[in-house]
Amino acid sequence: MEQLLQQIINGISLGSIYALIALGYTMVYGIIKLINFAHSDVYMLGAFIGYFSMTTLKLGFLPSLLLSMLFSMILGVVIEKVAYKPLRNATRIAVLITAIGVSLFLEYVTMAIAGANVRSYPPLTGILTESFNLMGITITMQQILIVTITVVLMILLQFIVKKTRIGKAMRAVSLDSDAAELMGINVNSTISFTFALGSALAGAAGILVGIYYNSINPLMGTLPGIKAFVAAVFGGIGIIPGAMIGGYFIGIVEVLVSGYGNSMYRDGVVFAILILVLIIKPSGLLGKNTREKV
Amino acid sequence: MLEIKNLNVHFGVIHALKNVSLTVNEGEIVTLIGANGAGKTTTLRTISGLKKPTDGFIFLDGKDITNTTPQERVKMGISQSPEGRRVFPTMTVLENLELGAYLRKDKKEIAKDLEMVYERFPRLKDRRKQAAGTLSGGEQQMLAIGRALMSRPEILLLDEPSMGLAPLLVQEIFSIIKDINEAGTTILLVEQNASMALQIANRAYVMEIGSIVLSGKGSELMQSDDIKKAYLGG
Ligand SMILES: Nc1ncnc2c1ncn2[C@@H]1O[C@H](COP(=O)(O)OP(=O)(O)OP(=O)(O)O)[C@@H](O)[C@H]1O
Ligand SMILES: [Mg+2]
Repeated sequence: MEQLLQQIINGISLGSIYALIALGYTMVYGIIKLINFAHSDVYMLGAFIGYFSMTTLKLGFLPSLLLSMLFSMILGVVIEKVAYKPLRNATRIAVLITAIGVSLFLEYVTMAIAGANVRSYPPLTGILTESFNLMGITITMQQILIVTITVVLMILLQFIVKKTRIGKAMRAVSLDSDAAELMGINVNSTISFTFALGSALAGAAGILVGIYYNSINPLMGTLPGIKAFVAAVFGGIGIIPGAMIGGYFIGIVEVLVSGYGNSMYRDGVVFAILILVLIIKPSGLLGKNTREKV
Repeated sequence: MLEIKNLNVHFGVIHALKNVSLTVNEGEIVTLIGANGAGKTTTLRTISGLKKPTDGFIFLDGKDITNTTPQERVKMGISQSPEGRRVFPTMTVLENLELGAYLRKDKKEIAKDLEMVYERFPRLKDRRKQAAGTLSGGEQQMLAIGRALMSRPEILLLDEPSMGLAPLLVQEIFSIIKDINEAGTTILLVEQNASMALQIANRAYVMEIGSIVLSGKGSELMQSDDIKKAYLGG
């Protein structure tokens, strides 16, 4: 029992990271029906910016987090403007292939500039290195840090989406962009804003994954990116709370499989879940089983 | 108030609007009727700026607005309740109405207009916290009209507001449209229910496969044999 609880606690911090990435996939899909393959590289670059901020610039953790989010936000908006916006009326497959192209471009440019080698992430310092015991379960400050940051960001996101004017515009565009336009909503700037939000969260995830795994490299985005995408599909793609639930679910499952079974199967299980979801409830946990709008 | 001159619209090779010209004067209800696929919706979408014309002009109060964005047109006083209602289904009735006032900053006046909409459509007030997608067809139509009114338009474009509604509700919607007009909003009404539309309209245009083929006073068109045959069931 204790061991199970311990695994779940460990899974929650990994799940936080997946959830943050999944949110970006789901928001972008919700608004322009695009699986943004480049999203996982925004997250990777977020990790690198955090790295340089903490090492070269010698900034602390929080300023580095903000810097990485800001950089990712700008990167996400630029990707949308340069690569996707000109294709607004193109076929979906054309945009999808473009997204894969952007992803490869970012990975190899990063390799060219930063090198392909694995870098070890600057360790946390001071109180953040500590851990404590709670009824036999070890909780580290690092875990608390990851979960706290994630929860704060999620609350902020919920507030923006539910309560602010631009958040309402986001929801309106994702529901019906023509009708939104008739309300006087600027659809293009709303799409940009969605990329900005999703990418900022990915930037945060990048720096958190750096401290979680202690290492980063230019291809680090691929696997967590796919898992976060699975998380988004699991929860119901396009649905914000679905991405949160999906992220935590995938994180916890992954840790449980490594803890109880064999860590070799960890990734396989995640994909098995994807296949099961697609068979049993293609619209995901929170999705409605409606056919796609034409 | 609104004038369209020699408008041509294409969808690829389809020539959907052919030299369409029409005028709506301040205070009028003008109706645009025609069979399925005639180009009525395309006309309204082009007026709102959702579809770019190949050539031709759109004037609002004498100003050429042909190259303005949909946002600018909403600001200038053009509002539309689109075909099929298109309410935002998972958002509440109140959120839908608030989105109608998206470009406005005058909070007090928005609140007044919200009250005005609730007065006109009391059922919307009862259901203001309910998701728009759970409303009945008639209620959704009222919401779509109410939402369009929230921008406080000078001219309201209505695309088939009676579509799919029970006869009693159709009566109600048309009398509401008349009320809205009497309260000072100019209306361009697209309808397939020609007899009802002609009854409340000052003037009417008849569209066939992309062209205006007939126009005149609503009451006159109602007497026309061609119209009777084609649109009024004998
Ligand atoms: N997005 C589009 N792509 C291609 N063709 C279109 C598109 N929208 C409309 N059309 C074509 O333009 C013509 C006019 O269509 P429109 O929807 O304006 O007709 P309508 O008069 O509103 O018909 P209805 O009474 O059925 O609503 C039709 O031939 C239609 O097929
Ligand atoms: Mg139509």
